[in-house]
Amino acid sequence: MAWDINDLERWDACIRERAEAYGLRCFPQDFEICDHEQMLGYIAYSGMPSHYPHWSYGKSYEKLRTLYDHGVSGIPYEMVINTNPALAYLMRDNSLTLQILTMAHVYGHNDFFKNNAFFAEKQAETARAQGRSFSGVKPEEVIGKMKTRANYVRDLIKDPSVGFERVEAILDAAHGLSLNMKRNPSMRDLSFEETRAYVVEKLFPPEDRFRRVHKQEELDEKKIKEAKENVPFLPEENFLLFIRNHNPYLTTWERHLLTIAYEESQYFIPQIETKIMNEGWASFWHWMILNDLLNRNPDSILKQRYDLQALYLEFVVRHNQVVCPLPRIINPYNLGFHGLWKPLYLLYGGEFMTAEDENLLVALEEEDRQDPFLPKDRFLPDGTRKPWQKKLREVCEEHRDMSCLRLYLFEELGRRLNLFAYGPQGDEYVVTHVLDENRANWRTIKETLIKNVGMNVVPYITVEPISYETHVKEIHLKHHFEGDERELDKEYAEKTMRYFYDLMGRRQEIVLHTFLGGKPTVYRVNQSL
Amino acid sequence: MIRPHNPSDLLRSDRSAGDRERHRKKVRAAIKENIADIISEESIIGKRGDTIYQVPIRGIKEYRFIYGDNAPGAGEGDGSERPGTVIGKSPGKREKSDQKPGAGDQPGVDYYETEITLDEITEILFEDMELPDLERKELRKLPSTMTRKRKGYQKVGIRVRLDKRRTAIERIKRLKGSKRGSAFEPEKEEDDRFPFHEDDMRYRHMVPKDFPESNAVVICIMDTSGSMDTTKKYLARAFYYLLYLFVRTKYQVVEVVFVAHHTLGREVTEEEFFHKGESGGTFISSGYVKALEIIAERYHPALWNIYTFHCSDGDNFEPDHPDALKRASDLCDISNLFGYLEIKPKESGWWGSSMIKIFEKGIEGVHPGLGNKDNFGIMRIKEKKDVFPALKGVLAKEKVEPEEEEV
Repeated sequence: MAWDINDLERWDACIRERAEAYGLRCFPQDFEICDHEQMLGYIAYSGMPSHYPHWSYGKSYEKLRTLYDHGVSGIPYEMVINTNPALAYLMRDNSLTLQILTMAHVYGHNDFFKNNAFFAEKQAETARAQGRSFSGVKPEEVIGKMKTRANYVRDLIKDPSVGFERVEAILDAAHGLSLNMKRNPSMRDLSFEETRAYVVEKLFPPEDRFRRVHKQEELDEKKIKEAKENVPFLPEENFLLFIRNHNPYLTTWERHLLTIAYEESQYFIPQIETKIMNEGWASFWHWMILNDLLNRNPDSILKQRYDLQALYLEFVVRHNQVVCPLPRIINPYNLGFHGLWKPLYLLYGGEFMTAEDENLLVALEEEDRQDPFLPKDRFLPDGTRKPWQKKLREVCEEHRDMSCLRLYLFEELGRRLNLFAYGPQGDEYVVTHVLDENRANWRTIKETLIKNVGMNVVPYITVEPISYETHVKEIHLKHHFEGDERELDKEYAEKTMRYFYDLMGRRQEIVLHTFLGGKPTVYRVNQSL
Repeated sequence: MIRPHNPSDLLRSDRSAGDRERHRKKVRAAIKENIADIISEESIIGKRGDTIYQVPIRGIKEYRFIYGDNAPGAGEGDGSERPGTVIGKSPGKREKSDQKPGAGDQPGVDYYETEITLDEITEILFEDMELPDLERKELRKLPSTMTRKRKGYQKVGIRVRLDKRRTAIERIKRLKGSKRGSAFEPEKEEDDRFPFHEDDMRYRHMVPKDFPESNAVVICIMDTSGSMDTTKKYLARAFYYLLYLFVRTKYQVVEVVFVAHHTLGREVTEEEFFHKGESGGTFISSGYVKALEIIAERYHPALWNIYTFHCSDGDNFEPDHPDALKRASDLCDISNLFGYLEIKPKESGWWGSSMIKIFEKGIEGVHPGLGNKDNFGIMRIKEKKDVFPALKGVLAKEKVEPEEEEV
């Protein structure tokens, strides 16, 4: 069905109305219509209208282009960025149904960005409530900041005393280290004094209940003095900030570039951490709203203007295309919708279910009864049910992928989605665990899944505190590998350590404590390429 | 608010152009480093400049701390999976730099190909061989496109060939002449115009260039009794390719013939030429015999300029030397240029270099050497930077026809 702007505006108004009726609280939402070339461009730059130049985006674009030209992947038809007002792109060539579906989906994302604890908006709100300042970038500032950064970098490139090669060298290294930063954005940073006080306090002897009976552990003055001079005080997660703060020879513009890369990561990490939940949430709401709007409870004005039946039929097809399982990988839409939100919806009293869903509900209720870790909050103290809207909102606002999956991924869903775990064997990847009579397999599969979501795919490495004298010569990085058998990729680790070495001014040897072949190993880098 | 699509957005400059260009530059740099591998595998001699080659690029890697290949993963299946089911290929082949942290990981090959034209490969090769700029310019010239040359001036012609300077000079001559004859005396100011006349016009005269012999054939002979590794292949192919380019600048039609031999010679394709490795004896003469045969059949020396080159990395069966010398001598007589090329990269031993001496000095009492023949060249190539000097040295010995004088 052909459409024009007026159609979209009508539908947008209705969708928004229904979304709010269901309790979604969104930023104002803008849409922009573009063609597929522009869409490819937007995707390569993460949806930002302005972005600083770097060859890695050229590479992304070419890759996407290649995949698209060879018909391997259709262009994702939605792209929404986390700003206020939020901005989403619609493709000109799509049908009216797709546009409607995309719009509803986008409102789901909008609500998620606005209310999840790991995103800037909620954090700014919390900081305000606690009477402190928020140091990140608020959604209303994002586009402006991206533009400023882009202009700044371009000016640096044009500046004859800097030039693009030096800029590129710094940016390459900064990108390499940008994901090594604080993983849990919902925990606030301690200030300098707080950190130092914390370190000192840790060195005080522990509270000893038997202090009257035997000699107390002595307060070790020397240790405290040393601790106060360690660099850094506490293991540091943020590599870029560490470099920026501890290399006194960086020029101002180099520092600014590091800050730019850091802030950009700050924007993306919450999205990485909540990918499954987010896509599931948006899919759930487009399913809910459009089922309502097109089928169960249609708006009378729309009914007269449009053939809702036809739209609904196409919607059902499209919806299933989006949330269908993809062979042998995890499809976040599928896992989020069918694996997380729909079961929760059913379990907490959701009304719209098929016969298949009824079977699922029975199994879920059984599992809920047996699992000691699930919060038993389906029924309130007065005997009434906790409404699903409330429960879903709570989960959406508090969790990220790893916690949400850990708690709310039911084994029954694991069975229905045929989840399995695989591992390397020689030249290939082979299946290692499937759900069968051995109940312990589910634990393994779930754990493996969780290891591969959010920031868990990025190795956790910190800069370790060492004395100032040592710091002048060396920097120690520690890869936290306990309980995780995954080893670092050697070539990539070496190259990344070089980036660290270069950015620190090539004065300190970089020492990485990790393990290889099951044994603790130490890598050292003390020269550039 | 909904912003409509503005078609003029497309006309605005493409925002990713700069970054893509930068990325392509980096890719080219990466290709350059691997040029030996690329060239040693593909057939390039005799192909058109815009032939496209697919080069698999692992992408310029974006390095980060990431997990290596032993990381387990999880996936959704269809219920048919059992422990031991294979679901993905060799982890080593995956494009790691594109692992964006996200839900799940894709087992399977993930790289992309970039296309590169033969012209680009040629450029990179020139740089790799350290060709001086002037030579590069020469070799880049397409096969002689000039089909005419100048020969004087004429009074009639087309406007495009009008020689303004001469025309003006003719007019001045006529002006002076008429003044002397006092037929022309301007009385009023406005009348002192002295316009051009048809007779003043001078046009350049072009004649078709004769290409009395605009055909050339390059005959490549190679002993394939030894195995060719990547380095040798690269050096040999680079040499032949440069030779081909050189010949192509001088002639309109250039054909290439490949003759591979061990104890017998036969004509082969370019792939086979560089790939075949057989063990067994070597009779160099067999290769020469085959070459002579082909020349007799298809390339009459009166009509074709023949360039014959033999590439060897081994030695010859002793009793074959006299025969080889004789045939080589025959080839020398009918070719514009005959070259013997020995490729011995540093790593291989130095035994078997006796062929060079034999070619030069000949065998006592059996056959004179070819060292004193003008158009016979001997080259040794040990490494990349020897290639061009060797080629230059040989080409200098070519029999040169005196060129027509240009006016």
